[in-house]
Amino acid sequence: MTATVPRATTVPAAKAPAARPPRRGPLRWLREHLVPIAAALAFCYMLLPNVVVVLFSFNNPTGRYNYTWQEFSLDAWKDPCGPAGLCDSLGLSLRVGVVATLLATALGTLAAFAMARHRYRGRSTTNVLVFLPMATPEVVMGSSLLTLFVNLRVPLGATTILIAHIMFCISFVIVTVKARVAGLDPRLEQAAMDLYANERQTFTKVTLPLVAPGILAAALLSFALSFDDYIITNFTASASSVTFPMYVWGTASRGTPVQINVVGTVMFLLALSAVGIGQLVSMRNRKRATR
Amino acid sequence: MTALAVHPVPGAEDGPPDDADEARAVGRKRSTPYLLLLPAGVWLIIFFAVPLVFLLSQSLQTGSLTTGYALTWNFAIYPEAIAQYSEQLIRSLVYAASATVLALLIAYPLAYTIAFRAGRWRNLLLVLVIAPFLTSFLIRTLAWQNILATDGPVTGALQALGVTDLLRGIGLIDGNKLLGTPLAVVTGLTYNFLPFMTLPLYASLERIDPRLHEAAGDLYSTPWTGFRKVTLPLSMPGVVAGTLLTFIPAAGDYINSQLLGSPSTTMIGQVVSGQFLRVLDYPTAAALSVVLMLTILALVTVYVRRSGTEELL
Amino acid sequence: MATSALQGAPMPTTDDRTTSDGDLRLVGITKRFGRFTAVDDLDLTVPQGSFFALLGPSGCGKTTTLRMVAGLEQPTQGQVLLGDRDVTGTKPYQRPVNTVFQSYALFPHLDVFENVAFGLRRRRKKEVKADVDAVLELVQLEHLAKSKPGLLSGGQQQRVALARAIVNRPSVLLLDEPLGALDLKLRRQMQVELKRIQTEVGLTFVHVTHDQEEAMTMADTIAVMNGGRIEQMGSPTELYERPCTTFAANFLGQSNLIQATVTGTAGDDLLIDVHGQRVTLPRQRSTVTDGRLWLGVRPEKLRVAGPDDAGNRLTGIVTDASFIGVATYYLVRMPWGQELTVVQQNDGTPPLPPGEPLTVTWLPDHGFGLDATQDEHAGAEAIDPDAPAPAGAAR
Repeated sequence: MTATVPRATTVPAAKAPAARPPRRGPLRWLREHLVPIAAALAFCYMLLPNVVVVLFSFNNPTGRYNYTWQEFSLDAWKDPCGPAGLCDSLGLSLRVGVVATLLATALGTLAAFAMARHRYRGRSTTNVLVFLPMATPEVVMGSSLLTLFVNLRVPLGATTILIAHIMFCISFVIVTVKARVAGLDPRLEQAAMDLYANERQTFTKVTLPLVAPGILAAALLSFALSFDDYIITNFTASASSVTFPMYVWGTASRGTPVQINVVGTVMFLLALSAVGIGQLVSMRNRKRATR
Repeated sequence: MTALAVHPVPGAEDGPPDDADEARAVGRKRSTPYLLLLPAGVWLIIFFAVPLVFLLSQSLQTGSLTTGYALTWNFAIYPEAIAQYSEQLIRSLVYAASATVLALLIAYPLAYTIAFRAGRWRNLLLVLVIAPFLTSFLIRTLAWQNILATDGPVTGALQALGVTDLLRGIGLIDGNKLLGTPLAVVTGLTYNFLPFMTLPLYASLERIDPRLHEAAGDLYSTPWTGFRKVTLPLSMPGVVAGTLLTFIPAAGDYINSQLLGSPSTTMIGQVVSGQFLRVLDYPTAAALSVVLMLTILALVTVYVRRSGTEELL
Repeated sequence: MATSALQGAPMPTTDDRTTSDGDLRLVGITKRFGRFTAVDDLDLTVPQGSFFALLGPSGCGKTTTLRMVAGLEQPTQGQVLLGDRDVTGTKPYQRPVNTVFQSYALFPHLDVFENVAFGLRRRRKKEVKADVDAVLELVQLEHLAKSKPGLLSGGQQQRVALARAIVNRPSVLLLDEPLGALDLKLRRQMQVELKRIQTEVGLTFVHVTHDQEEAMTMADTIAVMNGGRIEQMGSPTELYERPCTTFAANFLGQSNLIQATVTGTAGDDLLIDVHGQRVTLPRQRSTVTDGRLWLGVRPEKLRVAGPDDAGNRLTGIVTDASFIGVATYYLVRMPWGQELTVVQQNDGTPPLPPGEPLTVTWLPDHGFGLDATQDEHAGAEAIDPDAPAPAGAAR
């Protein structure tokens, strides 16, 4: 022991002169914190538009264009439905979003159980069928649906929008729920059956509660995708079925009303709380999960 | 219902047990998986796969919307459409590739920080990554119009710093305008698809044991070498997934080029939607759509093969 | 090892009892997965109220056997009987059998109380609260009733899993490597506790393990399994003192197996030639009575011979001596090249250094004779009782 002490002090001492100069400079600090600094800048980049959206919801623009800051005003917040058609389009988007979410989540969850749990002929075909919609550009999906509807003389409108939304949400639901089902320890279900739960009870008392967070996440994702979609919707909509993104697009060229920023701000806050609550729940679940 | 499907048993991989045995052992029917798959499968076939067939057929038809179309196997439309719109097609791929590379460069430190340096702030930061992107895509892209507007704060700051001159010098922008330039379009694309890059990267980084990096340091690696030889290779599945999830939608996107660009930055998505919805030249539009899909599929296949991560598909 | 074998205490003998209505019987059980035979025509009777261990290396079919009793697997052939009731083909939830799973399989979304109450609620029992409280008290976890399993330590989780099973008063309680995930110290503690609980509640325990020490500490009867069959069954002392196969001799403790030949008999003893030296072995301690055989002696039964010790003697050269305090482990090279392991209790004589000649001696009653056609190394790979189970072992 004692013999090593002098050596241990002499070795760094010999290297010290070479290592000393860069110490304690602002450059060194920068180098050590390069990655977090880059991350902070990335956050600024990601959050900047949201800040602008919130800020400009309090603007009182002089002309048609809400581009430059004029003066603080609550006018838009007091009258969110002011611009013609805005709230109608929001209503349509909400209705389409809710129905698409419910159906896509139901269909996707069933399929996810089959894919995670069963061995069957044609597995790879179903995998491709689920993967491809996520790997296809929206403009291709939208245009192909349009040719289908036009060729079969299906009138475009809310129904065709709904059909399209369910289609592109299903894949995301399947992927999300499948991961959750596959991560489920099969022994938990075996334990339930060992403890006198029949197949139905095993499913309702053990399987479903454990998969539920995945299903909920899939539903939230579906709603967000459906509510926000413009490209595919634009191909499958008619002039009388205007969703909120279509309304925004329509106003973009002739000057967007401030109320759009109000809606954007509310969406941001809702999304923040929804995702925040989701994270809190999953944090609690992770803590309680058996290792 | 689906209980007891996966048994960890010795030798189970030797082959499934014989039929009678299987049925007795788990008490479920062979038709169960098909019944579960049926609704979603039918939906995807009718509204995803079948439309692609219609699209292909549409591209080979001649006629007009008013007089009606007939399938004439007009393959000539493909070389014509490609020749006419090759500029937009190539531009789309270049913009998408640039946005993908930029998103990777921005998202990697972000995901790395959240995974390894965030400590108890990790969940809060994840919320901050996800939440902004649940706000309307269009509204956020319009916000970029504000940010990049000629008399906006960003343009002013860049001008003051001399960045504008630099960008003009290397030909990325004309004059003092940012809006309407390729730079603005790529900035918007990068921004809009950043979470698709960040989340898969985070997922793959989070799984890496931080002690591996310490072990590399213990085995004489500098932090940079340790990153290059240990962390980066282990995060490759996330890199591949993230680049695919960014590149594919970016290549077909037209919202950014429409709202932030100018006629000289037109992307292929704009052409397809314009031909379908305004010009009503269905065959050309369908042909371009098919070309876009095949090009992306080909690029993705080559990319996935080369990066050796086929199992991701 | 020898000491733990003696702890087995009074054991019920399995051979000469008649079937009572609570016995677990497996009749001609076979389980195949594709071409792989996991369990091969197995017959087994586990008497009611006994603590029975299925001992074997990973992949020997012991867990598959357990799962067939639980109903989680159905036999390809054969029957499972609980008393007179044939439960073959019934679902797990239709059997009065409960399992303590290898990784406990506690429900992460339910607290400890609800985990334990799960089986009672499914069977619509009244008095759920009283029963659960009583069993939690038995496993000393009353204070954690409202905790989620994820917050518990390994030992606590193990006890919840046990409580969750025994609260149902099953006819048979199955334990699938229940202590495999615990560290050595906790494992020892839980072994004692499990045995205590079994005595208190008086249920039939069937315990699957690859850890021979664990089996010997707790079980009244051990069945040594290998390749889907039972090699030998008996009380821990029977198995240890009189193994019948080389696999049992090597898997349960350690054995010196010496190639030898029977040359004749003298009274009740066999006369045996070991590479030119004459030793004896009682006839009833050998499975073969003429020709070649494996002569087995446990290392601790070999002693360094004094000048006037009676018994069998062999002389060799010490090649290695490890002093471990309570004993000295010798490797002694015999003239025919084989090295015998000798465990010499520390009786005060200083250890012999390598190179010294050493004569070992043992009582004829301590030897055993095995079929010479068997592999002398069978079962020898897994002799270390403290080695952690390999990943995915004994599934």
